[in-house]
Amino acid sequence: MSHILVVDREGREHRLDAPEGWRVMEIIREHGLPIRGECGGACACATCHVYVDPAWAERLPPVKEEEEAMLDEAFRVGARSRLSCQLLYAEALEGLRVELAPEGG
Amino acid sequence: MSNETVVPLERPIETDIVIVGAGPVGLFAVFQAGLLGLRCHLVDCLDRPGGQCAELYPEKPIYDIPSRPVCTGQELVDDLLRQAEPFEPVFHLGQQADGLTRMADGRWRLATDAGTVLIAPVIVIAAGAGAFVPRRPPLENLEAYEGSSVHYAVRRIEAFRDKRVVIAGGGDSALDWSLALQPVAARVTLVHRRDQFRAAPDSVEKLRALVAAGALDLVLGQLDSLEGDEGRLQAVTVAGNDGTPTRIEAEALLPFFGLKMELGPIADWGLRLDRDLIAVDTEKFETSVPGIFAIGDINTYPGKLKLILSGFHEAALMAQQAFRYCRPEERLIFRYTTSSTDLQKKLGVL
Repeated sequence: MSHILVVDREGREHRLDAPEGWRVMEIIREHGLPIRGECGGACACATCHVYVDPAWAERLPPVKEEEEAMLDEAFRVGARSRLSCQLLYAEALEGLRVELAPEGG
Repeated sequence: MSNETVVPLERPIETDIVIVGAGPVGLFAVFQAGLLGLRCHLVDCLDRPGGQCAELYPEKPIYDIPSRPVCTGQELVDDLLRQAEPFEPVFHLGQQADGLTRMADGRWRLATDAGTVLIAPVIVIAAGAGAFVPRRPPLENLEAYEGSSVHYAVRRIEAFRDKRVVIAGGGDSALDWSLALQPVAARVTLVHRRDQFRAAPDSVEKLRALVAAGALDLVLGQLDSLEGDEGRLQAVTVAGNDGTPTRIEAEALLPFFGLKMELGPIADWGLRLDRDLIAVDTEKFETSVPGIFAIGDINTYPGKLKLILSGFHEAALMAQQAFRYCRPEERLIFRYTTSSTDLQKKLGVL
């Protein structure tokens, strides 16, 4: 089964089944990990912020302006920051590893 | 006669239904209740009706509204407002529903955080994913400074006179307040993660001019830590994009990172919850407390789908039961707008 690896905010790594065509945010949410994804994947909030493992940074589609602008509302944004609703899972992402970013209160 | 127009804030307003949340489902509830002759007042945190549709995705297309192959969030809201108009809904905007108590006569008394008091036999919670509240940056000891030195809104510009103010964010709120406080504050420093702003071009231009003239500081980076004593802020440290820290002395911090949604005071109303959602039946969409209903994304029941159309359906069924609470002495007869002259009169088309 295709999978991704997600590190939660306590540092625990989870191996999650990853159906083709699902947004990474959806995969994380459907497995019950704490990701809000408030806008439902419309790139209209910043509550699905993750850090992508350095090994994967280059292999993902580039950040579009809409995502970059929305990251302005996220906290502790870095070079590895992505909004996980903008990452569609496909076979090429088998084994993708991301960390959940801090949420703010 | 004319002195009746001056109503003191504390005077309670009596109505049939108080709807908490003025999003699409709350607006359609006005229509459904209106057809049955019930009047509605709506309370919403935001300063305009429309909920998430208006706040999060006014320009984004929606494709799953029956008979609307495509419409934007704002178009949907505008049409729902038009549809509700004959029933004269009253909006209490920019206020959060707060305390709810049952009165001796069985009706509900709902107070908002702005002091509005509403009395009605029926409360309908149509609050979506909850109230929109400011997003708080994850900074150590932030709570200690909130209310005293850290603010998420500006109530009085004068409160910042001669203070050194750090404003964080890159949207309209951050820029508008930077510009508004700059003439008053001792110094305004705007902190933003990149040298691009998602704000009105005119504001960006004004900001750039002030920065160029040395009248306002722009620091590229992100909030890292706060320094101070007993809730009195002394400095904000910003981590630059290359990791270099910059320490900015300041008495006030205004973070503007948009809004998030949370259940808020509704969580304390004694309703049966399932995680952060309100459990309802699927006949009347009533909560565990008789007279309080929950419709739209905020409720849950077996098979629930968070679709706007589900909320519309729930609003129609809720209204039937709400009528029984509001008009216990009257019989309810189900009619169609197509054929009922009575309904057409209510809609103002006859």
